[in-house]
Amino acid sequence: MIIGSLFIILIATLIWSIIYGRKLIRTERNDAVFGNPSRAEGGWHWIIAGVSSILLVWFFFSWDAARAYFPKAANELCQVAKLTSATNPIRTTFPFEDRLLQGTELLERDYGQLDSLQASVSVSDLSDADKAELTALVEELRDTLASQADSSQLDPALPAKFDAIADDINALSAKLEQTDYPGPADSYIMEKALAQPKWGETRTEIPTIPLTDRGRKFEAAAAEMAEISKAYRGIKNEGGAWESRLNSISGKLEALKVRESEEELQILVKQLNKVFKRIDNGKVFPPEFTNKVEAALENFDDVQKSEQGSLRLIDIFAMPGGEIRAGNNACSEQGSGRWLPKPSDTLKTFARLANPNEGYKGTPLLWYKMKPLSEMVDFVVPDMVADLIPGAYPRHDTNGNIELNFKSKVLNIASGNFSSPSIPVPMGHVWDSIVRVLVGLFFGILLGVPLGLFMGLSRFAKGFFDPLIEMYRPIPPLAWAPLILTIFGIGDDGKIFLLFMVAFAIMVISARTGATGTQLSKIHAAHSLGASKRQITRQVILPNSLPEILTGIRIAIGVCWGTLVAAEMLAGTTGIGFVENVARKQSDYEIIWMTILLLGLLGLLFDLGMRWVIAKTIPWRGKG
Amino acid sequence: MSDLVADNVNMIFTTPTGDSVHALKDVSFTLKKGELLSVLGPSGCGKTTMLNIIAGFIHPTSGSLQLGGEEIEGPGVNRGMVFQQGALFEWLTVAENVNFGLRMKNADKDETAKKVEEWLDIVGLQGFGNTPTYQLSGGMQQRVALARCLINDPDLILMDEPLGALDALTREKMQSLVLKIWKETGKTIMIITHSVEEALLLGERLFVMAPRPGRLHKEYRLDFAEQGLTQDLREIKQTDAFAETREEILTMIWNMEEEIMGKT
Repeated sequence: MIIGSLFIILIATLIWSIIYGRKLIRTERNDAVFGNPSRAEGGWHWIIAGVSSILLVWFFFSWDAARAYFPKAANELCQVAKLTSATNPIRTTFPFEDRLLQGTELLERDYGQLDSLQASVSVSDLSDADKAELTALVEELRDTLASQADSSQLDPALPAKFDAIADDINALSAKLEQTDYPGPADSYIMEKALAQPKWGETRTEIPTIPLTDRGRKFEAAAAEMAEISKAYRGIKNEGGAWESRLNSISGKLEALKVRESEEELQILVKQLNKVFKRIDNGKVFPPEFTNKVEAALENFDDVQKSEQGSLRLIDIFAMPGGEIRAGNNACSEQGSGRWLPKPSDTLKTFARLANPNEGYKGTPLLWYKMKPLSEMVDFVVPDMVADLIPGAYPRHDTNGNIELNFKSKVLNIASGNFSSPSIPVPMGHVWDSIVRVLVGLFFGILLGVPLGLFMGLSRFAKGFFDPLIEMYRPIPPLAWAPLILTIFGIGDDGKIFLLFMVAFAIMVISARTGATGTQLSKIHAAHSLGASKRQITRQVILPNSLPEILTGIRIAIGVCWGTLVAAEMLAGTTGIGFVENVARKQSDYEIIWMTILLLGLLGLLFDLGMRWVIAKTIPWRGKG
Repeated sequence: MSDLVADNVNMIFTTPTGDSVHALKDVSFTLKKGELLSVLGPSGCGKTTMLNIIAGFIHPTSGSLQLGGEEIEGPGVNRGMVFQQGALFEWLTVAENVNFGLRMKNADKDETAKKVEEWLDIVGLQGFGNTPTYQLSGGMQQRVALARCLINDPDLILMDEPLGALDALTREKMQSLVLKIWKETGKTIMIITHSVEEALLLGERLFVMAPRPGRLHKEYRLDFAEQGLTQDLREIKQTDAFAETREEILTMIWNMEEEIMGKT
């Protein structure tokens, strides 16, 4: 309902924005020549047109629109698919989709194999007697094969079997055309059908029990057709005049099999045996026997297509790029309907994962938890502080009591071993990813900027550190990942270090560029105003390099973000990349798409944040 | 006694190709306290090199330079410098630029604020204290640069083509401002300029320098600056004496340029 009206609104918006945009272009054409600078501004109506086009394409190709407008179509098409798969065993023996009749194809293949077998026999190292025997066998097999298609040599009851199948199919066609077939619905089954989850409500996707009369018709036909198919498959070309020859061939082959030690002979006998078995299967019939079945099936196809009626149009136009297929006891979407999740499902999945009680793999996307303050102290104060206090840690006395002294009390505080109130701390997959990026970036800036400035100011630093940085910087960060994750483990440390490496190189280079680019006159001015070298570095060179440094941070965030997701895919138990990787293994397309959208959104937020920071901190850029 | 005494200053640069360039040759002069000196010369005559040496940014190859009896060994607060483009710190406001020198010395904050107010008043930028410098026009930026330099109370003010990038009208206003400051503070001021008119107006003394090697060519003593304190600058420019001197110097520089062209 919501999706349905949204779809209509989107179409209306798209049409309106195109008309509006065209109108604007027409009025502008009167007062602007080609190359009017405002052409680069685009226009919000074109943005609306672009966004609604993308959404429409998504709604349409993911079959979300079809689900909104034709909610029962999938269930009906499922019944059609059941009939199709029931018909398939008969269908595939006739040249409907293939070029050749099944029998023709079998003959062609067997003749070819016999020819090549004969050739291998004549060039083999076998004795002349063996060669003669094998050649005779090949000839006999060829004769038998030929006589399988000769109606005069066959079991006279065979044509009647095919005629019976043709009659059954024709009878089913006639039933399919009747409006009341297969009779009134069974209320128990109807109840069960209505109780099924609707299309897309569960992971089984499409309800299998028919809900409509048309659906019931196709399901009943599918059941009958399955029986016909079974009977058809059971027909075997046997009892013909050639059976006795086949038996003698079998005896000769068995006799040859006894000579196990002769390897070359056994290979040839094995191949002869394969051809023999195919002939013994009796799947080649004279074409005139099956002509009636073929005609009946053609007629049946026409009937079932016309019985589908509007369903075929829905299938073609509302469910593009795929079809609904019936498996053993379920129907599924194939093609774009499968790998392109519906917007509504994606939103639902997002809502499910965003629910802190649900989350993904036991961790919410973004939520908070209560954390005692003492754990944070543990992080801030290193335990070593206690070691530095003079004196010794207490030892237990003869009664086994331990009396705390000042040194051990300090240790308790430093190691977070005390009771304290808890405060809420953010947590979850999204939070973990963000924290990793920010911490890696923070250390990259903290160490990279001073080193970069130093390198920009001192020949020694430039010469000394340049090779070190240039040695690791050109290597793609992910190439380091396996090594670093091995050294630091799959926890946060390895990923943060990897991101630090990425951010560090970028920050060094941008800070160095900034420092080198400081105008000499500014440094001279500061000098003659009485500033010391240290003051010049802090008060002139650092602020003067800020544009480059901030641009560097902006680039570093982007690169870190990309590296992080890949690193999380490699190893770890939390993070957006982890979620996507697990979803990939489980072919959970909705979650994959959701993580893609989420990553894009967060990346955009980072960049917008940096743009805001840049606008606030260095408004003078480009205006100096 | 805070005279500037240059004694046989020589400056020889070595170019990357190994040639040596004699940028300054045997430059000797004495600039007394309170004098207004303008330096003029064709490009490449070593004007800026001389200024940089006096400022202490570079060391001369030989010779000595003394200010108030003390050898100049590096940049110092007693020599203020005004650059052609202002060289303002664009991340700071006008007031922060002006008090930069005092902040570096950790001077008293209230005192500093008072002084900033005073100097902004003198250069005509009352009420602009909190304006970011990148929003100022070129002329206003030069006023900030002047105030920033003067607030440090230097003995000697060095100006490297300070008005070169300004339009004609702003330039004239700034010339009056420089004369006003010279008169009111009694500072020693040394101005390098490309413009002959400016050199005549802003020079009690005027050095014309010659290139290859850079040296002092001729010295003038003028009274246009003195007149400029009371008279309209445009009127002075129209006097015969002014025009005569201007033509004489222009011819001199013209000939020097011709000579260089002939040499190369």
